[in-house]
Amino acid sequence: MKNWLKDLRYWLQENLFFSYKNSILSVVAGLFLFWLAYQLVNWFFLQAVWVGTIEDCRIHQEGACWPFVQVRISQFLYGFYPSEERWRVNIILFIFFAGIGLLVYERTPYRGKIVFFMLCVFPLLSWLVLRGGILWLTDVPTGRWGGFMLTLVLASVSIVSSLPLGILLALGRRANSLPFVKAFCVVFIEFWRGVPVITVLFATAFMLPLFLPASVNFDQLLRAMVGFILFSSAYMAEIVRGGLEGLQRGQYEASDALGMSYWQSRTRVILPQALKLMIPGILLTIIGLFKDTTLVLIIGLLDFLGMIQAGIADPRWGSPNVPFTGYAFAAIVYFCFCYSMSIYARYIEHKFSEGRERR
Amino acid sequence: MRALWASSKGRGIIYQVLLSTGLVFLILLLVANAFYNMEQRGLKAGFGFLDRSAGFGIVQSLISYDETSSYGRAFVVGLLNTVLIASIGIVLATFLGFMIGIMRLSPNWLVSKLANIYIETFRNIPLLLQILFWYVAVLKPLPAPLDLFKKGESFLLSFNNRGLVFATPVPQASFSLVLWSLFFAVVVSIGWVLYTRWRQKTKGSQLPVGLPCFSLILGLPLAIFFLLGSPLDFTSPVMGRFTYDGGTTVVIEFFALLWALVIYTAAFIAEIVRAGIQGIPYGQSEAAYSLGLKRGQTLKLVTIPQALRIIIPPLTSQYLNLTKNSSLAAAIAYPDLVSVFAGTALNQTGRAIEIMFLTLSVYLSLSLLTSLVMNVYQSHTRLIDR
Repeated sequence: MKNWLKDLRYWLQENLFFSYKNSILSVVAGLFLFWLAYQLVNWFFLQAVWVGTIEDCRIHQEGACWPFVQVRISQFLYGFYPSEERWRVNIILFIFFAGIGLLVYERTPYRGKIVFFMLCVFPLLSWLVLRGGILWLTDVPTGRWGGFMLTLVLASVSIVSSLPLGILLALGRRANSLPFVKAFCVVFIEFWRGVPVITVLFATAFMLPLFLPASVNFDQLLRAMVGFILFSSAYMAEIVRGGLEGLQRGQYEASDALGMSYWQSRTRVILPQALKLMIPGILLTIIGLFKDTTLVLIIGLLDFLGMIQAGIADPRWGSPNVPFTGYAFAAIVYFCFCYSMSIYARYIEHKFSEGRERR
Repeated sequence: MRALWASSKGRGIIYQVLLSTGLVFLILLLVANAFYNMEQRGLKAGFGFLDRSAGFGIVQSLISYDETSSYGRAFVVGLLNTVLIASIGIVLATFLGFMIGIMRLSPNWLVSKLANIYIETFRNIPLLLQILFWYVAVLKPLPAPLDLFKKGESFLLSFNNRGLVFATPVPQASFSLVLWSLFFAVVVSIGWVLYTRWRQKTKGSQLPVGLPCFSLILGLPLAIFFLLGSPLDFTSPVMGRFTYDGGTTVVIEFFALLWALVIYTAAFIAEIVRAGIQGIPYGQSEAAYSLGLKRGQTLKLVTIPQALRIIIPPLTSQYLNLTKNSSLAAAIAYPDLVSVFAGTALNQTGRAIEIMFLTLSVYLSLSLLTSLVMNVYQSHTRLIDR
């Protein structure tokens, strides 16, 4: 018991009260942190309206209005997807999260095959199941897709297609013996990285119909997806290029010396090593893409944030605490996703750097 | 053909020919489609529409603009609004980011944790969500001018749900003297800084720099201003029946966007600053401490100047990101380049190709220019191994 107190006192002296100036600073920071935590707990829990209607929220304005989220949660999750068909979304979501869970857990057998399934089979499968129109599944037009489901669809489409395209672009950019291929890749990458994401979405939303024959009809969601694929593959290409450049020259030379062809050397020697180095960077890019999916709200698609924004704009739910509640809910959801990805990225980085130091 | 395929050089040529013919074919197809579709819609390609009258108003413009002005002028207005928010945002985000980044490295555990909470929170929430939060939840519910002032009342300064409204300053003729004195003070300050540097280099003794320069630059123009008897008039905004007339308004959307951009970008800058300072070997700080420098002095004179070499390239790319992200103005209708030109003007004219071309080339030339400058910078500051 005594020992424990001594340790605490030592820690406090070392970290908080090691000088007069820092003692004052610590007290001020501690008070601020305490005040902040008190305000947040108060607003989110103690003063919040947990059950009731908008009338209760208007009366108790000093806390969150959770009925707003409770009433609309299914819209936030599924958009306007027909309610009797939502089991399809649930199945796809279950496979999605189960797959990711299996991949994160390191002792799962057949991880390579699961990666292949998640990257190649699953996107097609989920498109068929969600869209329907085959077998006995009724057709659900993409105009009715929305909410968190749409956010995940956009994020996964751009991630899944940007990886292979990004690798090709990065290889092309480093192909010094093919000047034309290299020039094309440089221009492609620098163009899409140089312009704001929202202008890319504007461009595909307004210009794609102009450049395609009138018979080809792209709906709004597909146009947004085209935009996402274009710029996300450019972002991914830069990450891959970093990984390729980070690899020692000897690896290239050794695979050449063994008489491997270009593609043999890339797929068996270079990429397996480089991709491992790139995982943290790829995860950071994925976080960025995940956050960027919110921009479709500006071109009129109702993703997770879009549904919440639409709910807030509903005059029947007019109360000063409703916008705070809606945005706080959205912020918590986005934060959980992004933060867990960044923690995982840090973990992987740490793991790999340990492996390298041991050598 | 077979012989060509057998050598790697030949295969390279085949790949390139295939790619180039494919590209040319694709481009021709797209252009042909575009011409056909535009003909169908009765549109003629060309930039002639830039001279036509735009017919829409813009709530905030740095140059004179009204409904009769041309589309070309609307483009310039939007561009200037983008430049305005980007330049103010960059300055503020740099200050905040450096502060948070240095706090993150503080030996004080609580201060470092506070900075960490800030960084992780704001980096992991989408920027658009933050913009909407500040705009819809925080700034829009501010009181309206109608609730603040009675009809016919005039006021000097007010921050309400329309934005920051203040009396427009109108300088009298003698006001130019104040500006000249400011110029004079700046020149003298620069001279003083150069002199103290020279003195430290040659004699090793230090003279105060910050306080004298600051008081000269602030004090001299103020003194002249009051000596001349305040040669500045103000035309105050006057409350009308529903809204106010006159005065200068900085729209509320500007503050929502600026605030969100600064907070979001500062979190990224803080991480860059932290990584940059940690990239400097600890021996540098130890050497500085053993020479008797304090923590603040060590940071300012030893660590940060070396860390800047690591910090500046990613920092510029954050500046570029901030500028590109300012295009999210379209979500809350702050009249920046994208929302005025690629939004309103495009909807009115339907000239998607020309307008997107102009808009994209502005951002593209900016980012190409930045990466060019960065390449030059990096080749200049690269450490040369012995």
